[in-house]
Amino acid sequence: MTPYGSFTFFIIFALLLAPTVILGLKGKRFLAYNLFVTVVALAIIFAGTFNGAFALIVFTIWQVLLIKGYISYRKNKNSTLIFCLAVTASILPLLISKFLPFFGQVNWIGFLGISYLTFKATQLVIETRDGLIKTDLPIIRLLYFILFFPTISSGPIDRYRRFDKDIETAIAPEQYKLYLYDGINKIFRGFLYKYIIGYAINHFFIANIRFIATSDFQNHLLYMYSYSLYLFFDFAGYTAFAIGFSYIMGIRSPENFNKPFISRNIKDFWNRWHMSLSFWFRDYVYMRFVFWMTKKKWIKNRNVVSNLGYILLFLLMGLWHGLEIQYIIYGLYHALVMVAYNSFERFNKKYKWWPQNKFTHIAAIVITFHVVCFGFYIFSGKLIK
Amino acid sequence: MEIKQELIQLLAEICQDDVVNENPDIDLFENGLLDSFGTVELLVQIEERFGITVPITEFDRDTWNTPNNIASRLADFK
Repeated sequence: MTPYGSFTFFIIFALLLAPTVILGLKGKRFLAYNLFVTVVALAIIFAGTFNGAFALIVFTIWQVLLIKGYISYRKNKNSTLIFCLAVTASILPLLISKFLPFFGQVNWIGFLGISYLTFKATQLVIETRDGLIKTDLPIIRLLYFILFFPTISSGPIDRYRRFDKDIETAIAPEQYKLYLYDGINKIFRGFLYKYIIGYAINHFFIANIRFIATSDFQNHLLYMYSYSLYLFFDFAGYTAFAIGFSYIMGIRSPENFNKPFISRNIKDFWNRWHMSLSFWFRDYVYMRFVFWMTKKKWIKNRNVVSNLGYILLFLLMGLWHGLEIQYIIYGLYHALVMVAYNSFERFNKKYKWWPQNKFTHIAAIVITFHVVCFGFYIFSGKLIK
Repeated sequence: MEIKQELIQLLAEICQDDVVNENPDIDLFENGLLDSFGTVELLVQIEERFGITVPITEFDRDTWNTPNNIASRLADFK
């Protein structure tokens, strides 16, 4: 059963989470019950697909062994080669599942959420290398983090140390009430975004666009705007469900969207759109790349380092969406926009060419909106497929 | 105390702005003084000058946000 995909899903989970809510309101610890719900939820979500369930189990065992093994290795040694091997092993299942379809093979290794779970696992390997995770992780907590069902299919991508703090924290009844109200509020926002606004845009507008548009160009232009809005409402709606469910279970999953369409520039946009993903790439790819380059002094020019970092980040992000040509071009497009903006920002710092006032602020939002929408148009596969 | 002076000097260099000298409680990220790139430069310099290694994901923008906060977090780290 697809998470948040049907009315039945919500009915089942309202019943399943009722004891969580009661325990929470009484100020009792509900971790044990939530672990039980997670097992039931996984069974329900993966019940229809034997292959998916099997792949999930194999994937989880693989990652747990890898993380535990690397933590115990890191206690005494710290070789870069072993670290690189561990990271490769961590993304290996995702790589295989992305490549298999190209060889005409059945994708026996892929399952719903593999791309998102990989982020969580790889992150643990990297933070262990950093020395931020020193002791053995209790297996139950590790599994709970990786398999936390509200965010299993499409994020938001949480961080282990943050998640673990939430588990540790005892929530007082008064405080839980706020979690609950917030959670319910988010779930209903999810209904509004995904099943009312997103559905309406898709069903009444996008599906009829060829009757509305008077020319081919207009057809594509209208599609570009409506698809961008649809993408936001659909994904932000899903995310609101995921975060809402998390809150009810006492976990404050990170936010994914912060009014992305009022971004003033492309950097601002990536701090507001699919935040848990872009922050992951920022922290684990871009900053590490720049750190490494700066420390080793391989490239002296700071702007070249920064731009190469952006190109690496967005190419990887594009490839992560899929190996299809539109995703690669989407990644390249954002890399170019970022590099261009970086140059502009430097130029502007020097010459103060772009003044700061109300008018330019609005102009910046309008320009950014169009640049971003064109990106989604590429992403949709309607430009090139 | 010495580290704090040196840190503020370092921040002024990286942000290319003397405002960090005048207001050590200014939010570096909200005011656009520091971004991901500047953060990395800061971490590299902290490692070189003070010999303190701060892992990238330890540098949380909510708690390492002002010159004063960074100084006190660094003191914890030592």
